[in-house]
Amino acid sequence: MKEILAIEHLSKSFRIHNLHKHIEALHDINITLREGEFVGITGKSGSGKSTVFKCIYRTYAPEAGAIWYHSQTFGPVDLARAPERQIINLRKREIGYVSQFLNVMPRTTARELVKQAVLEMGREERQAEWEADKMLAHFELDEELRDCYPATFSGGEKLRLNIARAMVKRPRLLLLDEPTASLDDASKLRVRELMLQLIREGTTMLGIFHDLAFMENLCDREYTIRDGCLTDLQNHVPSTLETMREISLAK
Amino acid sequence: MDYVQEPVLSVRNLNKQYGGGCLNCRGAKADRLIKNFCPVCGTVYACRDVSFQVYAGEILGVVGESGSGKSTLMECLYFDQEVDGGEALISSYKNGEANLFAESSQQKRYIRNHMMGKVYQNAALSLKMDFSALGNIAEKLIAAGSRHVGRMETRGRELLEHVNIPSYRMKERPKNFSGGMQQRVQIAKALSNNPPLLLLDEVTTGLDLSVQASVLDLIKTIQRELGISVVIVSHDLSVIKMLADRTFVMLDGQMIEHGLTDQILEDPQHPFTQQLVQSLL
Repeated sequence: MKEILAIEHLSKSFRIHNLHKHIEALHDINITLREGEFVGITGKSGSGKSTVFKCIYRTYAPEAGAIWYHSQTFGPVDLARAPERQIINLRKREIGYVSQFLNVMPRTTARELVKQAVLEMGREERQAEWEADKMLAHFELDEELRDCYPATFSGGEKLRLNIARAMVKRPRLLLLDEPTASLDDASKLRVRELMLQLIREGTTMLGIFHDLAFMENLCDREYTIRDGCLTDLQNHVPSTLETMREISLAK
Repeated sequence: MDYVQEPVLSVRNLNKQYGGGCLNCRGAKADRLIKNFCPVCGTVYACRDVSFQVYAGEILGVVGESGSGKSTLMECLYFDQEVDGGEALISSYKNGEANLFAESSQQKRYIRNHMMGKVYQNAALSLKMDFSALGNIAEKLIAAGSRHVGRMETRGRELLEHVNIPSYRMKERPKNFSGGMQQRVQIAKALSNNPPLLLLDEVTTGLDLSVQASVLDLIKTIQRELGISVVIVSHDLSVIKMLADRTFVMLDGQMIEHGLTDQILEDPQHPFTQQLVQSLL
């Protein structure tokens, strides 16, 4: 299968000037993702997992190395160096990111938030509304809550909304930074169902999950990060997913 | 594809100084200045080689401490001040090929009336406090060439309604309005000629939180509905965080850092930006 993301020799450190501190966060990271794969990243907290994600999404400015992403519209793009405007475009249309924290527009209802995500893709108003509703229903967000401001939501509700907002776009590449950390089992199942559906539709995913049971049978490969370095990659975790994919290919 | 577009506004090497300069500071040599001030002749270098682009439908944030040159930059762009060097191009004027700063004052007035809107922190700078709210809008429409009173009134009412000024107060003078209402009248006035570019200079500073929220929401809605490009200057990072896609940081008249707004806030590179972000509550 074609490569969609190739991280080459990525390094990142933080220089905090007024404290005279220099923190090495990532050192020589190499990761490749092929189209349609689900790859997991594991490692202790503080090891640099999220930093990798934020470098890919350019919330952090990568220091050295390259992050090659094969875009549908632009072809190969080095996310570490691409112009800001191109990154904004890719964020709107191709690359999704779900973190553990919901970053919302104040005074914007849940429904509006998800709808805006679809509108960013260039869809029509009516369709956006319909897709947003469908997604919110899937995550069992109460009809009443949908027209409320998410600032007052419970942790789990916020998280579900966060995932809904990213997944409703059906991005080509989805970065999942522990999106299920504080969800109950029923909600986790919902997330899982949707992830399987997106994988079937061809979304490539890179995920951090502390919940190993959740990861199991879901990801194709795993990378482990320790102290900012990539350690042995257990190259192949055969999964039900692969079998599923084989079946669908055979068809 | 909106990425490959031409910029709506393109500014190159904008320079503005207060004072004539002297042998010590000519060329604004950084090592001979105290911040942006020449200790020998007292010249202040308010904007030094500022360059940036604004694209269609985007909100560009400008942050920096007070005195960093943010407002001077905006005043130069709106021709409130003469520049000392540099150029600005607007895509809708002469195919984006003419340096606006080099145009005649008559042409500048035309550009200002047809292609830009500006909202000031101090409403008295853009509103005639003794005219009615409607009259203020008509003033800008007349400047842009309208002559039909009925049509101007309709347009004025439509705009004021859009910014939530109740119709029974439209004929009142802005002098009697609250700060938030004055800002909203300013926004309506700035929008009256459908400009492709809106310049906002500290529009929410000094307003109480709920009024600030309603003004911010209004800006966001307008930008989304009209697809207008906006440059917003603020020292309030939360305003920038809420509105801007991209942001640049000014210090002592220079642009020291630029990036995606979330990158500026989460991974600032320059010592001053780091200090600014750390000061965020």
